[in-house]
Amino acid sequence: MSGRVLVGVKRVIDYAVKIRVKPDNSGVVTDGVKHSMNPFCEIAVEEAVKLKEKKFIKEVVAVSCGPQQAQETIRTALAMGADRGIHVEVTGKDYDTLGPLQVSKIFAALAKKEDAQLLILGKQAIDDDCNQTGQMTAALLDWPQGTFASEVSLEGDKIKVVREIDGGLETIKINTPAVLTADLRLNTPRYATLPNIMKAKKKKIAQVKPADLGVDITSRLEVLRVDEPPQRLAGVTVETVDDLVAKLKESGTI
Amino acid sequence: MAASLVRIFSKSCRQISRPWGASRAAWRSRSTNPAADVSSDQAAGGVSFPPLQTYSEEESMMREAVKKYAQERIAPFVSKMDENSTMDEEVIKSLFEQGLMGIEIDPEYNGTGSTFFASILVIEELAKVDPSVAVLCDIQNTLINTLFAELGTTAQKEQYLSRLTTDMVGSFCLSEAESGSDAFSLKTRADKHKDYYIINGSKLWISNAEHAGVFLVMANVDPSSVPEKNILGQIGQGYKYAIGMLNGGRIGIAAQMVGLAQGCFDNTIPYTRQRVQFGKRLFDFQGMQHQIAHVATQIEAGRLLTYNAARLKEAGRPFIKEACMAKYFTAEVATLTTSKCIEWMGGVGFTKDYPIEKYYRDCKIGTIYEGTTNVQLSTMAKLIDKEYDS
Repeated sequence: MSGRVLVGVKRVIDYAVKIRVKPDNSGVVTDGVKHSMNPFCEIAVEEAVKLKEKKFIKEVVAVSCGPQQAQETIRTALAMGADRGIHVEVTGKDYDTLGPLQVSKIFAALAKKEDAQLLILGKQAIDDDCNQTGQMTAALLDWPQGTFASEVSLEGDKIKVVREIDGGLETIKINTPAVLTADLRLNTPRYATLPNIMKAKKKKIAQVKPADLGVDITSRLEVLRVDEPPQRLAGVTVETVDDLVAKLKESGTI
Repeated sequence: MAASLVRIFSKSCRQISRPWGASRAAWRSRSTNPAADVSSDQAAGGVSFPPLQTYSEEESMMREAVKKYAQERIAPFVSKMDENSTMDEEVIKSLFEQGLMGIEIDPEYNGTGSTFFASILVIEELAKVDPSVAVLCDIQNTLINTLFAELGTTAQKEQYLSRLTTDMVGSFCLSEAESGSDAFSLKTRADKHKDYYIINGSKLWISNAEHAGVFLVMANVDPSSVPEKNILGQIGQGYKYAIGMLNGGRIGIAAQMVGLAQGCFDNTIPYTRQRVQFGKRLFDFQGMQHQIAHVATQIEAGRLLTYNAARLKEAGRPFIKEACMAKYFTAEVATLTTSKCIEWMGGVGFTKDYPIEKYYRDCKIGTIYEGTTNVQLSTMAKLIDKEYDS
């Protein structure tokens, strides 16, 4: 086993920013807006670094797909403890239409090229909430998957994953190589300490293009329109239960 | 005859003096521009004359990291620490863990190996959340660590720097009951006795007294009883060292004041945008807008003075006057900002439930420690006087 883990990190609009739709309804405003690493990707990086610290794996490689700015996100991963980075350059219109299917093809190609033992992703990105990339990548590679992971432990050449599912917690044991996706309670990501930020400067980020990996990134989807959710209407207060029942009947709800 | 000789001589003198004057002016302009080009190139990696708010990638990353850390690991403790007048041990420990206590120190001693400007950014970000935590970090970096790094022998550096970057807080002991601004009339004595010194005297305002593991004590020594092991630098040079290091420390305090003012301002404006009186937001009243814009300008000016002084110091150029200006001005700005913020918040600004009044209490120290405002002004005046000497 190579002892190498690939971690996917996505650059998204910061969670604290108030999202605004572009006037032409083609998308959301991203120019000049604060971006950071997707919170679930931070959890993924933390898990990979922890595995390295416990000596289960030897190398953590951070991967991001996007324009030049994606390198900032990779640097943050390096500052958290990743060993090196790979920036898959996707720009302009291609980047606008880049979605889970294309990204999973890219990750699958990289996982093979880098002889990865493990691929850890965030369960979903907070901008599109797709929750698809991990699953698609596993399918393309024909690898087992442990998604919504809230606990991960390596046992020999198998991985025990505790998954958060609607019904509660599910524990599975899967073979390696495998794909894991990180859920909220998997860990608490560390801060990038100042010494680690300095060390990250010296770590390498390789640049590749999707074509170099033999991946076709044309999208099969077309975004027709983006709208804000409808304004939430004010409610009505009622005095008694009878009033409530009457109002519900009136509105045709019951 | 003599008169005509004089006339001819004076005419030729005048002719000589003009080209001399012209070349002197040319020399003056040549001497300033290249230096400006070099420092701005160094600062921004190739771009000429970038704005002062231009940061290297590592400086930006550090600022973001510290901002996040301060919000999550320090902010929750601020009001409790204030109430108990105690620095939380966990907060101090996390400062070390984040690498904030050895920013300029070489990684060989477990430091971060970054720059003075990075320290300034860190102090500013910390001060936005808690000025007291910021000054603990400032003293460690700009006074204690600098003294050891610049004056320590290899043995002293090995013994102390690794601890100072990892888990030991340092203390700076200069002032006494009878000597504050008049620092060097201090009375504490260090008398040699075999191979150690007996220190006699009492110090006041011993920074971080409850937490420090090493204390740098300024004392008078009998010059005939000559030094060694636990003396930092050379005997008799203490005054020069202290003054030199306080020049840099000044910029740190300026950064603290800028952060304090900005943090207070950032906590106040959202309230003015939310609070409605007489049918409109407080922010929509012209009187408020003018005051707010004025304060914002003052903070920006203070920040630019601070950043410029820091960049000058890094570039190895003279910076003492600029450092004095930064400290003096930002302390005034902090007082103005916090006072106004309480007014803008109204009743809630006055109560302890909101963080504003703590900033107001904290701001005054800026005009006092590491050289009072009057001392800064006098220092500036002396330098200005010298500028007109030639």
